[in-house]
Amino acid sequence: MSKKLIELNNISKSYGSNMVLDELNLYIRENEFLTLLGPSGCGKTTTLRIIGGFETPDDGNVLFDGKDITSLPPNKRQLNTVFQKYALFTHMNIEDNIAFGLKIKGKTDKYIKDKIEYALRLVNLEGFAKRMPDSLSGGQQQRVAIARAIVNEPKVLLLDEPLGALDLKLRQDMQYELIRLKEELGITFVYVTHDQEEALTMSDTIVVMNQGYIQQIGSPEDIYNEPENAFVADFIGDSNIIDGIMLQDELVMFLGAKFACVDTGFGTNKPVDVVIRPEDVILTPPERGIINGVVTHLIFKGVHYEMEVKAGGFEWLVHSTTMFPVGAEVGIQVDPFNIQIMNKPASEDEEAVSLEE
Amino acid sequence: MTNRRHHASDILKKIYIILIFVFLYAPILTLIILSFNRSKTRAKWGGFTFKWYGSLFTNRDIMQALYTTLLIALLSSAIATVIGVCACLGLNKMKSSSRSVILGVTNIPMLNADIVTGISLMLLFLSFGMRFGFGTILLSHITFNIPYVILSVMPRMKNLNLSVYEAALDLGASGPYAFFKVVLPELLPGILSGFLLAFTMSLDDFIITHFTKGAGIDTLSTKIYTEVKKGIKPEMYALSTIIFVTVLILLLLINRPEKDSKQEPNTNTSTVVIP
Amino acid sequence: MKNKTRLLSGPYLFWAISFIIIPLAMIFSYGLTDRSGAYTLANIASIASAEHSKALWLSLKLSLIATVICLLLGYPLAYILAHMKSRMGMIIFIFILPMWMNFLLRTLAWQTLLEKTGVINTMLTFIGLPTISVINTSKAIVLGMVYNFLPFMVLPLYNSLTKIDDNVINAAYDLGANGFQTFIKIILPLTVPGIISGITMVFVPALTTFVISKLLGGSKILLIGNVIEEQFTQASNWHLGSGLSIVLMAFILVNMLLSAIFDRDGEANVL
Repeated sequence: MSKKLIELNNISKSYGSNMVLDELNLYIRENEFLTLLGPSGCGKTTTLRIIGGFETPDDGNVLFDGKDITSLPPNKRQLNTVFQKYALFTHMNIEDNIAFGLKIKGKTDKYIKDKIEYALRLVNLEGFAKRMPDSLSGGQQQRVAIARAIVNEPKVLLLDEPLGALDLKLRQDMQYELIRLKEELGITFVYVTHDQEEALTMSDTIVVMNQGYIQQIGSPEDIYNEPENAFVADFIGDSNIIDGIMLQDELVMFLGAKFACVDTGFGTNKPVDVVIRPEDVILTPPERGIINGVVTHLIFKGVHYEMEVKAGGFEWLVHSTTMFPVGAEVGIQVDPFNIQIMNKPASEDEEAVSLEE
Repeated sequence: MTNRRHHASDILKKIYIILIFVFLYAPILTLIILSFNRSKTRAKWGGFTFKWYGSLFTNRDIMQALYTTLLIALLSSAIATVIGVCACLGLNKMKSSSRSVILGVTNIPMLNADIVTGISLMLLFLSFGMRFGFGTILLSHITFNIPYVILSVMPRMKNLNLSVYEAALDLGASGPYAFFKVVLPELLPGILSGFLLAFTMSLDDFIITHFTKGAGIDTLSTKIYTEVKKGIKPEMYALSTIIFVTVLILLLLINRPEKDSKQEPNTNTSTVVIP
Repeated sequence: MKNKTRLLSGPYLFWAISFIIIPLAMIFSYGLTDRSGAYTLANIASIASAEHSKALWLSLKLSLIATVICLLLGYPLAYILAHMKSRMGMIIFIFILPMWMNFLLRTLAWQTLLEKTGVINTMLTFIGLPTISVINTSKAIVLGMVYNFLPFMVLPLYNSLTKIDDNVINAAYDLGANGFQTFIKIILPLTVPGIISGITMVFVPALTTFVISKLLGGSKILLIGNVIEEQFTQASNWHLGSGLSIVLMAFILVNMLLSAIFDRDGEANVL
């Protein structure tokens, strides 16, 4: 494992009476693509701005390469930011935008010229040097913003919802572009988004945040397959989240039926949240189901059918390649290893982990 | 960026704003104090009195000027609002080339010097042999008020979603009904601010009135101007104080800070660091 | 339907032609003729006379000084306001509220403040400083111009400052610029349109004023505005007054053209 490059220790930040970050602890490794993921107001942007130096935490400190940079202004930090909506200097052409940081640092004209050429090639914008930002499309402006940041050879690139203003197709293309850039540059990316698909596609590590608290840190696979609580499960992809009771190890009861599972150590007769991904719900003929229900909605989604099944008083969301028409009686089965069992929020802090987005 | 430096620059900013306020409000405070001055001349303080506030209401000249001023302001801003709003509705349907020509003409009274506007109107009224008086003042005030209405309403017009109007028609509303129920409410804030701006401008105008009023009629401004040489009547200070304090109170009531409106802390309301 | 709506602007078109365009044409017809109605350039040429050129020169000088002072005072003010939390209230108190105290009285009040035995001198004497004698000098006129027109400078500056995305400024810091560099390279260039419209909005009324010079300059100092006003109210020489107005409009036109070049968004119209 590479070394820790950035460490956030016990960071708290509030605006007025509104607590945005509460005792946040997080480290970012060298050459990692780390994504801060969460709904708006979860504190992800504030975290990024604290790393960038645009906010000072009320409490706690920020270490960069072991040195305390908590009160170092942004112009003295070895990292650069790609801002929401690009924040290009509209009164300068592309070349001057990219050269801005280098000129401030007093680099030679030759060096600057080479760097601009290199950066424009890197983001596929050769021949745009003399254009003005206004004459570029959103995607092109985004590339300029990235080029402007990376010519300064930062150790860390901070990206604040950089793809938010782009349309879907462009957003997907830019995701691959960013992965390629990250590999070519070999630097650390800290990426903020509310789009779980973006996070899953690009990241090495995802930090799921809600209401100022970190909910889970893990690889995309971990986060998707083994969400630690109902919030994460709900936020990352669609989920069926059902109240249940853990009867004993490897046996859970919900919606009036007993299901085999693989989780242990919850004790007996313990209230829990049961999370089942829609693609893990198996629809069967009624006689073979653990519980039975009726299909209430059916939508063809291309890869699969999306169905809603009313069973045991709960609206199940089901993704399946087999189609059952609306009104059909079906049975529901779930493989034991596809049932995720989670503790109910107990403390007041965890109450924040509500299901509302 | 250390806390101490941040603090120091905050204090400097506050001091600067306070100094500007002193500069802008010192004359106003002076006038308010003068309204309580027993002495009739501005030059010396003769003790505190309320008497000008009493005699103000029996001073026929001042009351007449106040009446004329308010009537002109009310009529001119109301007429300007009607003409201006209609103009906006019409302009919106025009080709953009002819629209920008007309809006260019609209800008003339705003960008031109008041003295030139005043003189030009004076020459117009003279050439047509019009009798100078209430009518000519009113026409002049309407003229310089219309641009304020148009410039307040036009931006809202651009944002107005015309499909809203069409949707109302589609749902069976008649043209006028759809206009009054759907279009007008959308424009209302612009219309209102245009009207208030026009009213304020009319009230504060001196130069254009000076050239277009003729003898025998005065607004408060022109009355003050003729009094400059003989000395301003203290009642005038009292009247100005009453007007000013009334507007101040109204503004404070309207702009009462809402304590509950917490600012959205995260993301978009980003702040700037000043290192 | 479409044509009927377009007709709604009819009254305004009629109004604009009758009360904006024709009156301006009248100034030209008076300014370019003499009392007998014969075409002449003498009215315009009279600007070259010693008395008139002196008044014009003084007007240009004082209004230029006032404009520069307004810019220097107004820029920091607009900057602070643009970064303040409760902006709207402040804006109203700075711009709208003073207008409800009559313009002439507000200006006259400076007499009381500036007089030899006025408020300011009394205070200066009280704390043992020498008195100032500003009233009835061109300094008092400049002060009156700054006092009356400062808001017209601040408003466009404020508008163009608030248009700058905070993140654009943050981006400059992020790329290594310090506060000063950020101001010179980013903020100042981005507010050029505001600066230009501010200059226009202060320079034109300052150049053409006759009231401020009359109220604060005593009777000796004549600006071009006073000269023109006298032609209409005392000398009744409308031809000469119109001719001089044409000269004045030429200056205003140059100013407007300059602002049109720099200010394509039409920020000058924001009021």
